[in-house]
Amino acid sequence: MGRYVARRLGQMVIVLIGATMVLFACLFVLPGDPVGSIAGSDKARDPAVVAELKARYGLDKSLPEQYVNYVSKVATGDLGEDFIQRREVSEILGPKLANTAKLALLAITLVTVFGMGVGIIAALYRYSILDMATTFFTTMAVGFPTFVIGMLLMKWFAVELQWFPQLGGDKLEGMVLPAVTLAITDIAFVARLTRGTMLEVLRADYVKTAVAKGLPRRRVLFKHVLRNSSIPVVTYLGISFGALLGGALITEAIFNWDGVGLALVQAIQQQNNPIVIGVVTYSVAIFVVLSLIVDLLYAALDPRIRLS
Amino acid sequence: MLRDNISKQDEGGGVTTSEILSVAETGGGTGVPLLEVDNLQVEFKTRDGVAKAVNGVSYSVSAGETLAVLGESGSGKSVTAQAIMGILDSPPGRVAGGEVRFHGKDILKMSDEERRKLRGDKMAMIFQDALSSLNPVYSVGDQLGEMFRVHRGMSKKDAKVKAIELMDRVKIPAAKARVGDYPHQFSGGMRQRIMIAMALALEPDLIIADEPTTALDVTVQAQVMDLLAELQREMNMGLILITHDLGVVADVADKIAVMYAGRIVETAPVHEIYKRPSHPYTRGLLDSIPRLDQKGQELYAIKGLPPNLLRIPAGCAFSPRCPKAQDICRTEIPVLHPVTEQDGTELPGRGSACHFWKDQIHG
Repeated sequence: MGRYVARRLGQMVIVLIGATMVLFACLFVLPGDPVGSIAGSDKARDPAVVAELKARYGLDKSLPEQYVNYVSKVATGDLGEDFIQRREVSEILGPKLANTAKLALLAITLVTVFGMGVGIIAALYRYSILDMATTFFTTMAVGFPTFVIGMLLMKWFAVELQWFPQLGGDKLEGMVLPAVTLAITDIAFVARLTRGTMLEVLRADYVKTAVAKGLPRRRVLFKHVLRNSSIPVVTYLGISFGALLGGALITEAIFNWDGVGLALVQAIQQQNNPIVIGVVTYSVAIFVVLSLIVDLLYAALDPRIRLS
Repeated sequence: MLRDNISKQDEGGGVTTSEILSVAETGGGTGVPLLEVDNLQVEFKTRDGVAKAVNGVSYSVSAGETLAVLGESGSGKSVTAQAIMGILDSPPGRVAGGEVRFHGKDILKMSDEERRKLRGDKMAMIFQDALSSLNPVYSVGDQLGEMFRVHRGMSKKDAKVKAIELMDRVKIPAAKARVGDYPHQFSGGMRQRIMIAMALALEPDLIIADEPTTALDVTVQAQVMDLLAELQREMNMGLILITHDLGVVADVADKIAVMYAGRIVETAPVHEIYKRPSHPYTRGLLDSIPRLDQKGQELYAIKGLPPNLLRIPAGCAFSPRCPKAQDICRTEIPVLHPVTEQDGTELPGRGSACHFWKDQIHG
């Protein structure tokens, strides 16, 4: 197990380096000039100011030098200074991360509870009205784009029924609509995944053994079926949580939620590269760390992986 | 054991001294065999219609006795066993008729909860493939101990001690060190020993072993079978051994029931069936066994395939494959005739569902 963790940590570093390199290269291939966005339009600006700005942000150095500079700073937690507010990127992103994390936590809870719950019920009452309704609604949910779901929820529950505020706030009521918007597609996915794996496990020989042992139905289901069918679901939930923590561009924009997703959209529009790089670096890191956690969970759930 | 010897001599012949003895010991006290299956019928609903998997099967097992149920896949031998245990996949399967009397009581009329309490405690089952039949994510100790925790309300700690005892009993080396290991860490033979240990955990009255050695290496098969037979003797359990392997049967069974297309086509004490089968299907099975003295010759095989259970042929289900089929075989379902000697002397326990059983056994 120790060696397994060490190997996965090594892989993690490689993925991080690769991802930041690609990102760095992409930003410089894109048209536009970050100095221009700080110093004003091309005609009016002073060449001396431009040179000073370039020196200040290290933009006068070659691309590889800039990359090395960036990586060595990131390693110590320093994401640099942004172009617009001249504040530490980590300082700007900190509260936004907290906002995104709150939303992600609520969303993943909804996904876990409703996704798995609906999936289990659909599998246990296969071909019933309940099961067919699940199939119908999950297909719909998967088919609808997030922005449509978000807008519809806002129209119905915020504008017409006025159960929730239209825009997010610090209170729980403000979180409900964006969290539901984020969760709906994943609830549908998780419900279908859970249903599928449950049905597969229910047919397994060891479930027949458990019944033949005279175990009560509840014990058969919750001990022998659930643990085995939760393995692929846990994988999906982990990856999904990673994606949620990385910020939701569309949902945060719809509900004007002050998270990393919204920050990223604004930073791209303003060519505020340090913020863009900061957000993406963070997203990649979170994603990689969560994949590691998923793998460890996987090993904890399945001794065949842990002990091979 | 004296009782074993008696029961081996006169099984199948109604209520006998041995049965009264064995029932008295198992607590029934009504002078009936441990298990009586009576005209059992099982159906499966499929998209294409109703498949009649078991069409009126009757057999009985007494304490200490071994009944071998022989047949190809699809003959209904496993489905009968699952119906007895109450573990049919339902839906689509259901018991359509008949009785299953255990200690004289029809268990098909019991509530689900009553039957659950019987399972594992009074009747237990051993499956063919121990690797897929053991839960991969729980240790063998946990799965063995579960029997004691659920049926006896033992603590985890006590159940673990019991699990180690059981592993010792089925001769798993270093039981104490291996109780926390997982199924995939054991060899095939050891896994099947664990399955046996699990079935025997609560010393049930009846064990149903569904092809317990089929998935094992030939060298291990004999060891596992011997172990099962030894423990059966020790605990004086009734054993139903489901198999398609006539070689396994000869060593351990007292009597045999041969099944075809959901019916019993022949019953006989074990030593007699090899000498004088009274059904063409049994004859065909015996001729299919490879023999050393026929080295180099082509192996015999029964022509054709077992029937589709959705469309069982009219008359005798075996008639399309039977070399001796006559017109009557294609129109009239043969009943299980009692088989006698040519002079009319009864042959206890023998029966044949063939219109021409006399030609088969005496011809």
